[in-house]
Amino acid sequence: MPEPLRLKGISASAGYAEGPLFNLDPVAARYGRKASPADERFALETAIKAAASRLATLIEAVDGDAADILEFQIAMLEDDALTGPAFAAIDSGQPADAAWRQALDAEIVGYETSDQDYFRARAADMRDIRDQVLRALTEDSEAAAPAGAIFYGEDIAPTRFLETDWSSGGGIALKAGSAASHVAMLARSRGVPMVVGLGVVGLGAAPAHLAGVALLDAEHGGIVLAPSKAEVEAFRRSSSSFAARRDRAETFLARPAVTKAGTAVRVQVNIADPSDVDAIDISTCDGVGLMRTEFLFGKTLPDEETQYRAYRKVLEWAGDKPVTIRTVDAGGDKPVPGFTVEETNPFLGLRGIRLSLARPEVFRVQIRALLRAAVHGNLKVMFPMIAVVGEYERAAALFAEEQAALAARGVAQRMPPLGIMVEVPSVAVAPEAFAKVAFFSIGSNDLTQYVMAAARDNASVAHLNSVRHPAVLRLITSVAAFGRAQETPVSLCGDAGGDPAAISALIEAGLRDLSVVPAQLAMAKAAIADVPI
Amino acid sequence: MSASTEATVLITHEVGLHARPSVKFTKLAKTFAAEVEVALAANGPWFDAKSIVKVMAAKAPKGTELHIRARGDGAAEAVGALVELVRRDFDEGADHARTA
Repeated sequence: MPEPLRLKGISASAGYAEGPLFNLDPVAARYGRKASPADERFALETAIKAAASRLATLIEAVDGDAADILEFQIAMLEDDALTGPAFAAIDSGQPADAAWRQALDAEIVGYETSDQDYFRARAADMRDIRDQVLRALTEDSEAAAPAGAIFYGEDIAPTRFLETDWSSGGGIALKAGSAASHVAMLARSRGVPMVVGLGVVGLGAAPAHLAGVALLDAEHGGIVLAPSKAEVEAFRRSSSSFAARRDRAETFLARPAVTKAGTAVRVQVNIADPSDVDAIDISTCDGVGLMRTEFLFGKTLPDEETQYRAYRKVLEWAGDKPVTIRTVDAGGDKPVPGFTVEETNPFLGLRGIRLSLARPEVFRVQIRALLRAAVHGNLKVMFPMIAVVGEYERAAALFAEEQAALAARGVAQRMPPLGIMVEVPSVAVAPEAFAKVAFFSIGSNDLTQYVMAAARDNASVAHLNSVRHPAVLRLITSVAAFGRAQETPVSLCGDAGGDPAAISALIEAGLRDLSVVPAQLAMAKAAIADVPI
Repeated sequence: MSASTEATVLITHEVGLHARPSVKFTKLAKTFAAEVEVALAANGPWFDAKSIVKVMAAKAPKGTELHIRARGDGAAEAVGALVELVRRDFDEGADHARTA
C-alpha cells in the first residue's frame, strides 16, 4: 500500500466523490493505412459523418447548454473550412488520421493562444472534435469507466461528460483544465464534483496510486490518492455534512435572507472576475458587495476601455441592484509587475490606496473607466487600505478632477457614491474621522490579521487569526454602531460573511449586510435563518 | 446582378461572437445566396460569414464593431438580417439584458 498522495487544485464544481480512478489520458490508437488517397479520403469522410451522426444522436438526449455545445461541434464538423486542409493533405499523400490530426491541431493552437479565457476554453471542444473523428477512424472502442469513477487526466471532452452516467456518483479531477470550460459549466449545473489544475503528479506517484480508490474533495479543491483509513472516514463525514448542508441551503437560495426573529439581512456576492456573474442568478442575491479589480492587472496594466467593458458588464447584469467595485488592491500578497514595488514587509507597505495614490497616472485610468461605467447601473466605488481620512480626500479629489475632464469632453459619466474599506485598525478604532464617506465595507480578512498580527496564510499562527476574537468583534460592533448613528451604510465583505460559524456573531455585532462568495450564498442564507435575533 | 452592401454593428453579447452566437450567425448567413463576409475592422481581414471556423477564428469580443458585407443576389437582405441578429443579441437578450 503506497503512502497517501495529496494533490491540491482549484474547485470548478463543489462536491465530494469517492471511487476508483479512471485514466482519461488516451492511449495511442492504431490506424490501418489505406491503399490509395481516394480510399483515405473515403475513410475520413465516413469517420466525419459517423462522428456527426453520433453527436446528432446525443443531442436528442440532452437540452440547454449541453445541446448548444453539441450543435456547435456539429456545425464545426460540417464546415469545409475545417475539413478542407485535411483532405488537401490526403491528396498530397498523407494518411487520413495524420492529415486530420494536423489540420485540427493547427486550429486548436489558434484557440489555445487566445488572450481571452472564453476562446481559450474552446480548445477543449476542438480537441473533442478531433478525437471523435480519430476514434471513428480507428474504430477504437473506448474502455468503459466503472460506475462512480473519478475521471483523472489532462482534460475531459464535453461529449465524454455527456455520455457518462453520473447517477451513481463519480467526479472529475484534471491535471490541467479550466473552471471556464464547457465541462466545468456542465458539471456545476449537474452537481458533478470537479477539480482542475491538480498539476502533473510528481515524484512519489507509484502506479499503485492510480490503481486504488481516490477521494475527490471538490469543495476545497483537492484529491487524495491511496488514502489512509482515517482519511477515508474523515472524508465521508465531510461529504455527508456537505450534502446535508447543500440540500438544506438550496431551499433558502431563492428567498431573501431573514433571521429566526424576522430581521432582514442583505446578502450580496463577492466576485473576482466579470465572468463570475454568468453563473449567478441575480434574483438570488442583493447585488455585488465586492468586485475585485486585480484580475485586470495581470501581466500588463489594463487600458481604460478594457476596464470600462468589464465594469459595465457586471453593472448591466446587476440591473438596479448595487455593484460595489473596489479600486485596485495590488501589493501585499498580490504583486503586479510594473506597478507594485518589492518590499520586505509588503502587508505593511505600499499596497491598496497607498499604491494608487503613489501612481496617479495608473489610478486615473481606472477612475475614468469607473466614471464612464457608472451610467450603466447602480455603481458604488470603495477604496482599499484607507488608514487616514486624507487618503480618502485625495482619492475623491482625483475622481472630481477626472469627472470634470470627462464632462468637458462631452463624455457620458456619473459620480458614484465613494466609500472605504474598513480593514486598517485605525479606521475601526476611530471611525468618527470618516463621517463624510458614503459607506463602510468591513474587510474582515485584513482587519483580523492586522488586529491579531497573525497572517491568514501562515498555518503556524492560524489559531490566532479568528474574526470571532472579542477584540475583532468589538471593533466590528463599534463600526456598525457608528454607521447606524450617522446613517452611513455598513457592510462586511470578508470570508467571515460566508462562514456559517461566524454569521451569528456578525449579526449580533449589528451587521445587516454581508457579502459572500457565490458558492457560499445558499449556505450563508441558511445560516442566517438560524440566527435567533 | 451584383449588388454590394456593407454595414457595421456593435456586438453586445456578453462573451462576444462565441460558440452559440456563431452557430446562429453562420446558419443565417448560409440561407442567402450572396457571398457574405465579416471583419473586425473596415479594412479587413475579411472572413467568410458562412464558415463557423472562420467566424470563430475572428475572436470578436463584446464591444467589437462587426463589419458585415455582401455581394450578389440578396446582398442587402443578407446584411440587414445579420445586423438584426447581432442587434437582437442573437436572440439571447432575455438571459443578459436588464430593464433600463
